[in-house]
Amino acid sequence: MGLREVLTPFTVWKHVFDEPVTIKNPIGRPAADRYRGFHQNDMASCIGCGTCEAICQNAAIDMVPVDGIETRTGDSGLRPQIDYGRCCWCALCVDVCMTGSLTMSNEYTWVDTDPDAFRFVPGLEEPWKDDEEGYEREGKRVLSGIERIHMEEMPPETRISNFEEIVDGYSRAEAILEADRCVECGLCVATCPAHMSIPDYIAAVRDQDYDRGLEILYETNPFSEVCGRVCTHKCETSCAALHEGDPIAIRWLKRHIVDEVPFDRRLELIGKPAAPTGRKVAIIGAGPAGLTAAFDLARAGHGVVVFEALSHAGGMMRYGIPEYRLPYEALDRDIGVIEAMGVEIRTNCRVGRDVTMDALRRDYDSVILAIGLNMGRSTRVPGTEGPGVEKAVDLLRRITDGEEVPVPERLVVIGGGNVAMDIARSMARLQMQKYGRVGVTLTALEDIDHFLADREEIVESREEGVQIFDARGPQEVVRDESGAVTGLRTWRVKSIFDADGRFAPAYDEGDEQIHEGTMVIEAIGQMADTSLLEEALTEALEWNRGRIRIDGAFRTSEPWLFAAGDAVKGPDVINAVADGHRVARTVMDELAAREVMQ
Amino acid sequence: MFNFKPDRTQYPAADADGKLEIDLETGKYLKLWQGPNHPGITGNMSVELTVCGDEVVEGKTHVGYLHRGFEKLMERRTFIQVFPIVCRVCVPEPDFNEYCYAAAVEDLAGIEVPEYATWMRTLILEMGRFNSYMMFLGGIGGALGLGITGQWMTYVRDLMLDRFEELTGARIYHMFILPGGVRGHLPEGFEARMEEVLSTAERYLDDIDKVMFSNSVFKTRTKGVGVIDPKLFEPYGVTGPNARAGGVAKDLRKDSPYLVYDQLDFEVATATDSDIFARATVRRGDVQTSIDLIRQILRKMPKDGPAMARIPNVLHWKIPRGETYIKGECSRGEYGYYLVTDGTGYPRRINVRGPSYTHAMALLEHLIPGTNISDVAALMVSLHTYPPEIER
Repeated sequence: MGLREVLTPFTVWKHVFDEPVTIKNPIGRPAADRYRGFHQNDMASCIGCGTCEAICQNAAIDMVPVDGIETRTGDSGLRPQIDYGRCCWCALCVDVCMTGSLTMSNEYTWVDTDPDAFRFVPGLEEPWKDDEEGYEREGKRVLSGIERIHMEEMPPETRISNFEEIVDGYSRAEAILEADRCVECGLCVATCPAHMSIPDYIAAVRDQDYDRGLEILYETNPFSEVCGRVCTHKCETSCAALHEGDPIAIRWLKRHIVDEVPFDRRLELIGKPAAPTGRKVAIIGAGPAGLTAAFDLARAGHGVVVFEALSHAGGMMRYGIPEYRLPYEALDRDIGVIEAMGVEIRTNCRVGRDVTMDALRRDYDSVILAIGLNMGRSTRVPGTEGPGVEKAVDLLRRITDGEEVPVPERLVVIGGGNVAMDIARSMARLQMQKYGRVGVTLTALEDIDHFLADREEIVESREEGVQIFDARGPQEVVRDESGAVTGLRTWRVKSIFDADGRFAPAYDEGDEQIHEGTMVIEAIGQMADTSLLEEALTEALEWNRGRIRIDGAFRTSEPWLFAAGDAVKGPDVINAVADGHRVARTVMDELAAREVMQ
Repeated sequence: MFNFKPDRTQYPAADADGKLEIDLETGKYLKLWQGPNHPGITGNMSVELTVCGDEVVEGKTHVGYLHRGFEKLMERRTFIQVFPIVCRVCVPEPDFNEYCYAAAVEDLAGIEVPEYATWMRTLILEMGRFNSYMMFLGGIGGALGLGITGQWMTYVRDLMLDRFEELTGARIYHMFILPGGVRGHLPEGFEARMEEVLSTAERYLDDIDKVMFSNSVFKTRTKGVGVIDPKLFEPYGVTGPNARAGGVAKDLRKDSPYLVYDQLDFEVATATDSDIFARATVRRGDVQTSIDLIRQILRKMPKDGPAMARIPNVLHWKIPRGETYIKGECSRGEYGYYLVTDGTGYPRRINVRGPSYTHAMALLEHLIPGTNISDVAALMVSLHTYPPEIER
């Protein structure tokens, strides 16, 4: 050991003149851009899905109601409240956030003497709302899938010449991947009219437990095979995943479950109905509302007879929806399960003709009216009276019944809803079979972004050669000297509703078009045929703007008569199913009450 | 002249098991607790010393002050929820936990990590190693009364924490390496700011060489003290710098390269004497290696690319039945995660293999007898152990 090693350490004395390196007061120094400080939440874009709450490993997040934020479609009305006694600032909540509303502030410290101040709803309390932004997720979320698994469909050139089902359905591998994207927030459950347990049956798909999945489906919907194909899937419009990607393909996953369970196994899983109660219920109309009510009532042990005027059960599901969207076998299987519950369906039996309402009232404990909307409405523009002008629902019914329908080379459809699309696409197929080419023009009052039809219906119609003219108001069905239809004259629509929101279309008369065609099909809505009620009952019942008035539990003003489905509410299968359940519940309650009274 | 050569004949003989029979009633011996609150202890543990005069006759290590039950907690968390917990297993070098856990999950779930993320992970691990060594160099000086090293190294570490903050969003628990990749890309201008930190660090390390490694007091108190016989390396599970200081050039970065270490040029530092001084010099060499590696990584890493692989929805991520052991060379030796999965959404078992467990308990107990009381702190620090990582 030399003298050098004694002296060298002293050379660092040069630092004695340095500025101190420690910072006296770190508060006030700006943090890095990504610093994970206290949370911030953009209240307007947050949907209260609770995914942040689900991922938090410290249970630091509670979803709480907040003043001024209402529950609505796609928004639970709840907002995350964060307890900073538990938070570990990992920011997984930020990464998993479905809308990107949750971020963190760029603030190092916060001193407060009140411990409760450290539990607050970010975005609501003032102190933190306007702080500089800190950590936010880089790009879109990566902790759950963004893109929907592609659904194989028959290409337009193949499908246009036939009525075969277009959509292939998911394979098991595809379904698992799609089901994996679901974050189980349950916003869809609130939106679904029948409140199906969507996250639960999606979980069953993930677990490949199709028996469990099917049982879950049947808890809320005996028409899962139908709804798995043609549901208007409002659930997918409230899905949390749509904010930064595609909504979960809820409808296709429902179909996948039913596709995976053989019919016999389905019957086994549904089991047997309860012991007979000796009560009898008559249901008029074998559509989704009537048959759902029949299923529930029969399962509970009541005797149920369904009266159907047409030759087959199914209502609009069979006579309104074309086969390329809903094959008849699929519908038959759903109805088969309902019949297996002991429901008797009397087809070709029109109430009012083959059996009277009075007889039903006399022979049954209760009667449910589920007659749907089967009469097409007319625009009543000049020229609609006479040959060459058809109603969409009539044509669709005739196509289903296998009747010969007139198929002109060029035709015009009026309407922008799903029925308009159904008839346009059905006629396009018939034209293809007859002439080898499609000649369908579709006009609608609404502009294309506000069509009532589902988006995919518009896309697929166009793929199949249907020409769509949006924002066109029909003025006259043009006829030649012999009275034959030659086309439809339309004006451009300036607005559909007046300042008070009433239906009062305004047109630009200068922008006129004649859409050529030798047939005009009106698809602008339907109404109920209530002639079966006959005069005395029609008089006795209370009405609400042309519809039978019902209360919240689907009772009419006559104590023995209930009404449900499109005829009183609408507008689609899943709503009819929901109504069917509710009316059945009411009827069962009434029957039980009568039991007690006796 | 400073050599401490006690006359061992005055102490009780050991029995057949090597256990000393100490009768405290004689007044000859004294129990002295070093820790759990003591500047010479590297964390929340304590050493129960039996001293005779100023010589330590026996030392027992006590842990359990910090037990947070991490491994058990992890069994009650989903795979993504474990991610924020693991870094807390080791405070001074948390990133190794994040890497090992993420790599174990990826191994069992069959996930391939994007190239950018593997470079980024290597960068993070070297930054973490650098910081860990800053604590060591500050601590070893402090244990021998050289307070200034602690201040300088804390300063330099703080500068690196600034880089961690801008890169990861946090200073201590970075939570940046998650199963599937990393959470982000390098911020704009990061390389220049990092170079500033590294050159500042090199300036201060030069001063450390002068004030500590060329200091006769430091040398005298550390050379020949706390020697670990290389024969003990195997039975005591000694790895990392502690083994390299005894001439065993083992380094997992070289021996079984992980991440991108096979694409980087570096030599592992070694020494031969296996004493406190040798262990300190190995770490001094290692910290320079880390500085060079950080520069190399920033030069060689891809400028862009995906930071995350496509992973299943983390809210119901199930991993097939399997088991794996992922290891790497942390600043203290072999660090590893043993993960067992059973096909559910939760880990069946996670076991953390930290080098502190072997170094700070059995090995320390073995090394303590015969040292001077004032050397126990330096001895413990020289093993570079972190009690939080023992008690997971």
